[in-house]
Amino acid sequence: MIKTSALSKTFPGGVAAVRGVDLAVEAGEIVGFLGPNGAGKTTTMRMLTTLVRPTGGTATVAGHDLLTDPRGVRRRIGYVSQSGGIDLSNPVGEELELHAMLYGMRPAEARERVAEVLGRFGLTELRDRPGGALSGGQRRRFDLAFGLVHDPVLLFLDEPTTGLDPQSRAALWDHIRQLRDGFGLTVFLTTHYLDEADTLADRLFVIDGGVIVARGTPAELKGGTGTLDDVFLSITGRSLRDDPPGSPATDGEPTTGRFLEADPPASSDFLGSSGPPKSPGSPESPGTRDERRAAHLAGGER
Amino acid sequence: MSVVRDTWLIFRHNVRISLRQKAGIIFGVLQPLLYLVLFGPLFVTIGPWETLIPGLLIQVALFSAGLAGFGIVMDARAGVLERLRVTPAHRVSLLLGRVLANSLTLVIQSIMLIAVGYAFGLRAAVPGVLVALLLMILLGVSLAALSNAIALVMDPEAFAPIMSTAIVPLVLLSGAFLPMSMAPGWLDVLSRATPFRYVLEAMRELFNGNYANGTVGLGVAVTVVLSVLCVVVGTRVFNRENA
Repeated sequence: MIKTSALSKTFPGGVAAVRGVDLAVEAGEIVGFLGPNGAGKTTTMRMLTTLVRPTGGTATVAGHDLLTDPRGVRRRIGYVSQSGGIDLSNPVGEELELHAMLYGMRPAEARERVAEVLGRFGLTELRDRPGGALSGGQRRRFDLAFGLVHDPVLLFLDEPTTGLDPQSRAALWDHIRQLRDGFGLTVFLTTHYLDEADTLADRLFVIDGGVIVARGTPAELKGGTGTLDDVFLSITGRSLRDDPPGSPATDGEPTTGRFLEADPPASSDFLGSSGPPKSPGSPESPGTRDERRAAHLAGGER
Repeated sequence: MSVVRDTWLIFRHNVRISLRQKAGIIFGVLQPLLYLVLFGPLFVTIGPWETLIPGLLIQVALFSAGLAGFGIVMDARAGVLERLRVTPAHRVSLLLGRVLANSLTLVIQSIMLIAVGYAFGLRAAVPGVLVALLLMILLGVSLAALSNAIALVMDPEAFAPIMSTAIVPLVLLSGAFLPMSMAPGWLDVLSRATPFRYVLEAMRELFNGNYANGTVGLGVAVTVVLSVLCVVVGTRVFNRENA
């Protein structure tokens, strides 16, 4: 489903964010992609989703060549970014229909498909609400609906449960498992939560310094004794917990500096408190904006 | 899937959004309307409405389409733009659909302004007004494309203050409020360096029922070149920013 060979990205400023990543993901797998901030995690995911053009290496994603046929890739994948992509003032159902039609669906087909996806996530009643009137958990489910409305074979999730309360996280994990079990969907997700990686992913890749430093099932990586946390520490020399919030990402990734300890207290009404700002009026956290700005100046992509 | 279909879908979606936000349309045309109502009666003591209204059209073009990039800033921030970029939609359509919707908003605002103008005593030739509206469509496309491009490369926080400041001298230098033929030499030269002066002078001729003369020809040429240039720049920036 995904096969990369020496995939790399050097930003115009000369920063080598990803330095030769080799990955192979099989159809129907749930794969966790771990790494400290600035390790090249987000850049790798953004390359695989065609948002960032690789500067080296090759990759086939969902049966299409990433470099020569990015639109072919886009047709077959779904992507849910860390902050989602929900318009705050427009009815979400309307946005979903547009989204579906951009995949080539006829209006009637798009309406049908949107109704089906909304039904699956229990969102039918909310389809006329503007994004700004949704709770965090609801918004996250809509994000998934956007990622799945065109029935992709491969779904990319960037930090899917960050900021969600424990119940919403568990519910989302169930959804993801059902998608794989029921539809044979392949899922590629990044996460900061080692428990999430442990319980949800069939296989893990750990990236550090722009290269893959470990791979295997959670059990293989743990070797029967330690926790994933210990493994992570021994592999990368850093704990996922050590990243200071807001530390600038060295590779210009638009990371938002969110960590285990930095997560908000359990609240189902959420993302506003930890995610990138949802309200157009609210300023972004300085770290985030500066990082994006830095990525910009370096000629990087947002 | 064709570029045209993608552009149409994005256009229709954006039009629906802007028509829903009627306040936004009114707000964009409010300032030129105030000039029309509170300054126009003074102006007509020295010149005709046919001179003032085209000036106000340039003003609304710069304030409405010129600030259109603000919408893309919002969408980029909410992640909407990125979500759309992962669909197979042509990226040029994501820009063009939006820009054409901005242009349509501008045309609606222009018609409002011209209608109020007629109520106040404007006696412009209808064919001339229609041709002028065509120029407004192109001007709207130009300014919106440019504005979106600038919004994508500029610090989002700085976009609104910097753009609204930059627009004021452009409006003044076009000769929107008083014809540049009255200006001292240096100001006249400065004015000739901005494209909007030529568009405006052509529209004044058109409003007066003069269609086939050098001023109109030059104005049309400048408008066409400007829109091609701005769309090319906008597309390049949009593609580069989005890999």
